[in-house]
Amino acid sequence: MNVLEVERLTVRFGATRVLGDLSFAVPAGASVAVIGPNGAGKTVLFRALVGAIPFEGAIRWAPTVRLGYVPQKLDLERDLPVTGRDLLTARQRLVRAPRNAVAGVLERLSLAPRVLETPIGMLSGGQFQRLLIGFALLGGPNVLLLDEPTAGVDGPGQAQVTRAVHRLQEEDGVTVLMISHDLSVVYRYASAVLCLSHERMCYGPPRTVLTPDLLAELYGTPVGLHVHDDAVR
Amino acid sequence: MTTPSASTLVLSAATAVAAGLMGCFALMRRMTLAGDALSHVALPGIGLALLLGFHPLAGALAALLVGVALVWALERRTGIATETVIGVVFSTALAVGALLTTGEELMDALFGGPAALTGVELAVGLVGSALVIAFAVLARDRLMVALVSPEIALTSGINVPRLNLLFLTAFAVTVALGLRYLGVLLMGALVIIPAATGRRLARNLAGMFAVSIAVAVVATVGGTFLAAALGRESGPVIVTIAAACFLLATLARVAR
Repeated sequence: MNVLEVERLTVRFGATRVLGDLSFAVPAGASVAVIGPNGAGKTVLFRALVGAIPFEGAIRWAPTVRLGYVPQKLDLERDLPVTGRDLLTARQRLVRAPRNAVAGVLERLSLAPRVLETPIGMLSGGQFQRLLIGFALLGGPNVLLLDEPTAGVDGPGQAQVTRAVHRLQEEDGVTVLMISHDLSVVYRYASAVLCLSHERMCYGPPRTVLTPDLLAELYGTPVGLHVHDDAVR
Repeated sequence: MTTPSASTLVLSAATAVAAGLMGCFALMRRMTLAGDALSHVALPGIGLALLLGFHPLAGALAALLVGVALVWALERRTGIATETVIGVVFSTALAVGALLTTGEELMDALFGGPAALTGVELAVGLVGSALVIAFAVLARDRLMVALVSPEIALTSGINVPRLNLLFLTAFAVTVALGLRYLGVLLMGALVIIPAATGRRLARNLAGMFAVSIAVAVVATVGGTFLAAALGRESGPVIVTIAAACFLLATLARVAR
């Protein structure tokens, strides 16, 4: 069963076509990595998928889908007086989750309780990303959209975010669509790759799609793949 | 000197609570400039209402709602320099309003006047304040999530365009409520300064609301009495007190 079907999706900003004629389907439980150079419209695709911007074509979510969206690092002012607790409690009330759900989510994402009392503009990249994942999790999502969840996150933070997402897939069967620049993570965890560039799109299993030729074409320059052997095999 | 009447004080305090709450969201949404300019649009409404023999605040509210529709439509479009349009349209509104209104009436419209309240005005004012306060309290989670990220708001089941329209309407009602004693030019200050003070001092949302409401009420009630004692217009005194609170908060933060 497909949780998402996209048909001839086109997005324009004024006269500029940012996404053109994109068609793909995502089966339940899949892990789709969205790759492509900067400006290829990856974030635009996600914004269209959640209904934040107008588009042409069709986006069909299965009726049972509960979406969780984790945006790219947000442009927040450091002195914004909104704490982790403010954000998570608001979400908990909005989705009518039980009160103890907030504590459960923190534990699951290995977030220290003091994150709750810190203004969100002052959290580190990794803390804030995991807080946003926690925000999404409070709604009990069965589909997660993650926009570069490890961008601007330090090494250990990246591992924590990647592990948390992977556990959700393994344990809860959550379908994941993730924008990523980290091709080794894509190789290791993705069941399908959607590549976007101005000239073309491709969609398929990583081993078929991620050929050196295609990557060079996609990014305009030869791209070295730093993949461990066990991941390629 | 004339002692302010109890009904004037009650309505002014209720307006201050509404302004304190709405100001927090306006500030966090980074629409302080738009909010301030929006209040200017009330002036031609006041001028037209006086010409046609309507209640000036009814004209002001009608003009503000037109301004709201404009800001809302602009916010929904991408690639338009919203700030520029707001700057041009709303400054022009101020000019046109000043042409339509003259003399004493113009001064009252710009800076607020000491006119006595009728029973109907008091009732309408209190109902308006109560509606704005109720909206801010009930919609606080949705407003906060939407200002952090419209996308996560959408995936939380929030109808963001509708929420924005409701917010702007509540904002317009707040401005209209304050016009009586602060005028077109100074009402923006009662929305922005207390909230900015709250932001300086608070580390969470509840704290920001509390400080903002407190500053707005203290400035309004204190300013009304002080202005009566000094024989001055209340609007400038109220805004000066609010500004003094902001200055103290800034100093306190630097000292911390």
